[in-house]
Amino acid sequence: MVMVPKIKVNIDGKTIEVDKGKTILQAANSIGIRIPTLCHDPRLDPFAACRVCMVEVERGKSNTLITSCNTEAADGMVIRTDSEKVLKTRKMVLELILSDHPRDCMTCERCGSCKLQDYAYQYGVRESRFFEKPDGGIIEDENPVIQHDTSKCILCGRCVRICAEVQQDYAIDFKNRGFETETGTPFGKPRRDTTCVLCGQCVSTCPVGSLVEKQAVGMGREWEFKEVKTTCAYCGVGCTMYLNVKGNRVVKVTSKTGSIPNDGNLCVKGRFGFDFIHHPDRLKQPLIKKNGKFEEATWDEALGLVAAKLSEIKAKYGPDYIGVMSSSRCTNEENYLAMKFARATIGTNNVDQCART
Amino acid sequence: MSFGSGAMTNSISEIKDCKLIFLIGGNPTEAHPIVGLEMKKALRKGCTFIVADPRKIWFAQHAKLYLPVKPGADNWLLNAMAHVIIAEGLENKEFIKTRTEGYEELREFVKDITPEKASEFTGIPAEDIRQAARLYATSEKSAIYYTLGITEHTCGTDNVRTIANLALLTGHIGKPSTGVNPIRGQNNVQGATDVCIPNKMPGYQDVTDNAVMEKFEKAWGVKLSRTPGATAPTMFERMSKNQFKALYVIGEDPVLSEPNQDYTIKGIKNLEFLVVQDIFMSETAKCADVVLPAASFAEKDGTFTNTERRVQRVRKAINPVGNSKPDWQITSELSTRMGYKMDYPSPKEVYDEIASLAPIFAGINYARIESNGIQWPCPDTKHPGTKFLHEGKFPRGLGKFFVLPYRAPAESPDKEYPLLLTTGRTLYHYNAGTMTRRSVGIIHKTNDCFVEVHEADAKELGIFDGETVKISSRRGSITARAEVSDKVKKGIIWIPMHFAESAVNKLTKDAYDNITQTAEYKVCGAKIEKI
Ligand code: SF4
Ligand code: SF4
Ligand code: SF4
Ligand code: FES
Repeated sequence: MVMVPKIKVNIDGKTIEVDKGKTILQAANSIGIRIPTLCHDPRLDPFAACRVCMVEVERGKSNTLITSCNTEAADGMVIRTDSEKVLKTRKMVLELILSDHPRDCMTCERCGSCKLQDYAYQYGVRESRFFEKPDGGIIEDENPVIQHDTSKCILCGRCVRICAEVQQDYAIDFKNRGFETETGTPFGKPRRDTTCVLCGQCVSTCPVGSLVEKQAVGMGREWEFKEVKTTCAYCGVGCTMYLNVKGNRVVKVTSKTGSIPNDGNLCVKGRFGFDFIHHPDRLKQPLIKKNGKFEEATWDEALGLVAAKLSEIKAKYGPDYIGVMSSSRCTNEENYLAMKFARATIGTNNVDQCART
Repeated sequence: MSFGSGAMTNSISEIKDCKLIFLIGGNPTEAHPIVGLEMKKALRKGCTFIVADPRKIWFAQHAKLYLPVKPGADNWLLNAMAHVIIAEGLENKEFIKTRTEGYEELREFVKDITPEKASEFTGIPAEDIRQAARLYATSEKSAIYYTLGITEHTCGTDNVRTIANLALLTGHIGKPSTGVNPIRGQNNVQGATDVCIPNKMPGYQDVTDNAVMEKFEKAWGVKLSRTPGATAPTMFERMSKNQFKALYVIGEDPVLSEPNQDYTIKGIKNLEFLVVQDIFMSETAKCADVVLPAASFAEKDGTFTNTERRVQRVRKAINPVGNSKPDWQITSELSTRMGYKMDYPSPKEVYDEIASLAPIFAGINYARIESNGIQWPCPDTKHPGTKFLHEGKFPRGLGKFFVLPYRAPAESPDKEYPLLLTTGRTLYHYNAGTMTRRSVGIIHKTNDCFVEVHEADAKELGIFDGETVKISSRRGSITARAEVSDKVKKGIIWIPMHFAESAVNKLTKDAYDNITQTAEYKVCGAKIEKI
């Protein structure tokens, strides 16, 4: 192990030791001090565009305001995250952002999990002195999973950067200049016709309601969803993800940075491949084939028949004429029980899982 | 095996710190996207990539060295790399002396396997093979990653051992970000292999070992057979010969996923009784006498084990759809009806039983993996789990070099079937596609079968990009849309495996690797015709 040298900093009156190389934001977070951020995502290189993470650093007599997300903490630094000056500036920054943002939180999909809304509430920003009706709106794109409302974009660049830095797909970018600046695909092409792989990483990082999961639109408010932490059922990476549930329905899949092994990243299958769960083709009742046709049966009838048939074949030919094939789609516990069923119940070692890769 | 275990030796979190990645027969950006992202992180940090693959995959385009190896010829490439490492004195003498055996034999054997000779079989310039060997041997942290491209051959096990030879020669194993890593394809293939194979009891304990079997007999209260059971391919072989009578299939669709579909269906028709437990009416379920409706992963509790051996929780989010039930419950009820009682209150108790009987999982329980999973081996409840394997010692003691000459694939192209067909996965679908093809977002990107053809071959055949063509092998034919590009090498065609209506396994061959019994999905002869 390489030992990282430590430095000492003072944050809001507390002196702490942190690894050299950490940003002020990371140092503050390590002792539970929350600094608001909008353009920051720990998965991305610092960008310092939104300026909401301002803190005050003592520099001799005059103090300076700097962005904490991209400034490395230096030995002996004295930092204030909640001074008058900091709070005033933050409020100003928020007011400016809100000047170009629609005021329709009541129908917004992100209402309840929007960072801009949270900070506006926290800092008491009700009106923006600079308000202008924002341009843009929901982009027409027939893709069924990602909805992009350019009027809500705060130009934090997170979507563009995650697509470029993490996905390295370069499907979206900044477009136009000045007030007209927005993000999106080249020439507004539908995502299907771009290098976009529909991973939804951009959705996962958008701090506001500009990029949202289309399938969840109108399905419920954030606070109505129960988040259930689970493991993706598709590939061997085994990403940690959260099923968002309302009633008996999975409405969307989300992820969190810091999770193992995927650090909040998911691919198209994990993030958007969940709707098979509620597909009408799901088998809902046991079926018994009679005269070449399946007929619905009760569990009692179906299991009774299977038990009788397997017992009969075992008695007639011996257990080694019976086999069990289990699956990499089933849990460990289920594979174990399939194995135990073959060995203990039937009496054969003929048990295998189909996939060997 | 070369080390004594077939799992990934490193963790996913170690990937980003690799200094060199040798990617062979794997396309992580599509098959394991998040591993792909970790590799992209490494790339951004300056990691050197060597990519050996017949298709010009994403990483091939970003690699320092791209080796377009002919499908089935990996053995030549790997043995020639060993030749170069030894010939140029790049081997790790200390490591070879203290931790391996069989070096002399390997040295003798690879003496004649020159890059020039290998070049003839692989189609890779000799100088590139030399360069690959040098880069791999001399980098500070070299890791090898491979997947299906390596294992789905009749010589799959040979390939894996030949890869291991390189790691043993250079000592690139048993250290952080340094090792040999198979990336597992399906979500819980690691976990299923850990507990459910015919010749081992859970946790890789031999069924022929009396002490092991006595332990299980005591715990389960029954007498157990000591004869290793039939693998899935052997079961199908016995079915085809009418020497098998009943099959209980849980969550698999062998009709679609096993090679040579006709043969699989014939075998299944010979059975007296077939019961299939699944969430959808699969191709196999259609042949069944009884179909039992199972719950999906969102409807049950349990654990999956990922490719880095991490046992992680699956949690119930909703109630089972309709009258379906979780597989663990169905199997338990069936067993009880057959006179062997299984009455677990929940999967948690099942896991406790696994941990009590298999030492490599002994320290794992639901409470410990509540927030994060644990990587086996984990021998006791104080043990943190194992991030990377083989530090200091291999399970089999010394690492073993294997002398493995080239074996030709069971079927090669010929006059009648002049193209080499190879198969694989795309990003958007998952195996037989039963789940992904019922997801709107995913079918938006791709929902039809395609065949990748090289521009020159397309020109010769008079085929255009986007045209529907017929692809045939000795076993059958399918139709698919032609994707003409230079992604595949000339003479090779590639078809994804996910589409029931153009099931590529109507074409593939049911020849199996003689050790792992993995089917040879990767190569067979084929032809393309206009329709
Ligand atoms: S979905 Fe993925 S690939 Fe597409 S724009 Fe968003 S981040 Fe980029
Ligand atoms: S769409 Fe969202 S993530 Fe992208 S720049 Fe706008 S606010 Fe930021
Ligand atoms: S989200 Fe994608 S990469 Fe992650 S486990 Fe699921 S399928 Fe694999
Ligand atoms: S979070 Fe620091 S500038 Fe945006």
